[in-house]
Amino acid sequence: MQTFLEEVNEKINGVPIQRCYHCRKCTAGCPATPYMEYNPNRVIKMIQNGQREEVLNSSTIWLCMSCETCITRCPNEVDIARMMDVLRQMAIESGIGAREKNVLKFHEAFLSGIKMGGRINEPMMMVQYKLKSGDLFSDVTLAPGMFLKGKLALISPRTKDLKSVKAIFEKTRHS
Amino acid sequence: MQMDGFKKKLQMQDEAQRRRWIFYKAELRRLELKVSYYPGCSLHATGKEYDQSMKAVSRALGIELKEVDDWSCCGASSAHNTNFDLSVALPARNLIAAQKDAMDVMVPCAACFNRFKTADHYIKTDKELKKRVENAVGAKYQGGISIRNPIDVIYNEIGIDTLASKVVNPLAGLKPVSYYGCLLLRPPEVCQFEDYENPFMLDKMMASIGADVKNWSYKTDCCGGSLAISKTKIVVDMCDKLMSGAREAGANCVVTACPLCMANLDMRPSRNLKLPIFYFTELISLALNLPGAKETFKSHIFDPQPLLRRVNLI
Repeated sequence: MQTFLEEVNEKINGVPIQRCYHCRKCTAGCPATPYMEYNPNRVIKMIQNGQREEVLNSSTIWLCMSCETCITRCPNEVDIARMMDVLRQMAIESGIGAREKNVLKFHEAFLSGIKMGGRINEPMMMVQYKLKSGDLFSDVTLAPGMFLKGKLALISPRTKDLKSVKAIFEKTRHS
Repeated sequence: MQMDGFKKKLQMQDEAQRRRWIFYKAELRRLELKVSYYPGCSLHATGKEYDQSMKAVSRALGIELKEVDDWSCCGASSAHNTNFDLSVALPARNLIAAQKDAMDVMVPCAACFNRFKTADHYIKTDKELKKRVENAVGAKYQGGISIRNPIDVIYNEIGIDTLASKVVNPLAGLKPVSYYGCLLLRPPEVCQFEDYENPFMLDKMMASIGADVKNWSYKTDCCGGSLAISKTKIVVDMCDKLMSGAREAGANCVVTACPLCMANLDMRPSRNLKLPIFYFTELISLALNLPGAKETFKSHIFDPQPLLRRVNLI
């Protein structure tokens, strides 16, 4: 039976995260720390402790914005940004889902936008996100202004060879 | 004696000729600067000012753009947040399309640039992944073309001296801070862009077109772009921090190269802290007085025209 730590390390496929000596440079540089449940270096400790449920169910992994400041400054080259990606993917695949529901719903709306047209049509993507999240009224005041300034193109060119894009989604589904 | 003088004269002529030849060759290369162009989804929608000004600047500086054939979205943060293989395969599809033209691919959007660089990095270092990606895309990944951002192309291929020599409308009175954000620079071993804690290319470029660039400590801080829609409150905080920093540095505007930073900083900061924000290509357009330079300012959400009028630039 693989431990949680081994599983995460295998998926990161790089520097093992136990190289972290908790200097907290990642936590100090992380712009999302004030909003997170656990600090980035704490997450590493929790993985070492085998606290699978707590980690995958935490808001921390969904509040990481992938600015990659942590990996840039880590003296031991622990790829924390990649670790967060791995943890998010594990949360989705294990059925735990996302603690920050709307973050995942946004990603789903975005990806289904690519699947539909090969390229993102921003208004359509926003409509999809709003339907998925039920968050219908945020940002609606911005829409008329953007529309008048020509920033919301309701129809935009699509990728012609849509089949090839759909094939990518199909073939990477069980990765 | 006379013979020696003659020889010397010949040598000098040779030297002059050699120098002229090098100069011509460099000019020729500059004239022939041709790149594949990957606009990405943003540049056709919320970031259309970037696309328009990028094309105008490229024409003026002699960079020939050839759009990547039938490109598709790079997947942005949504792909790598949820599915690693997908996040490599989507940019790989475009890189493979660009490889057919065998020219460097210029990617103005910082987010697309980062995804392209990341995909290229992983494909080169992980053979198993390469196989999976090639299978998903249905074509071989050759590599061999560089992924470049226009800041790098203009700074290193055209040069800021050439840029400065073309200025007809120096941006006096404009005091920008240059905002690089995350995606051009990090992680450094993947992006290989420039000094990742204190980048300078954009600063020097803006100074060369006459702007009074201010120094500040938030050049590479994150604006929270990827959570702008789903966690707006956090992002407003982050944008406010950046805007306060810019104001403290004495800036009257912000210049960027990322359509996500642009959209975010244009819309999200609190009303009392907002500053006009520009794409760097818009400011180059204005300084070189290129056709359509003044049009793009009209579609900003936070109108920069009052500032530009105040400093007599439009």
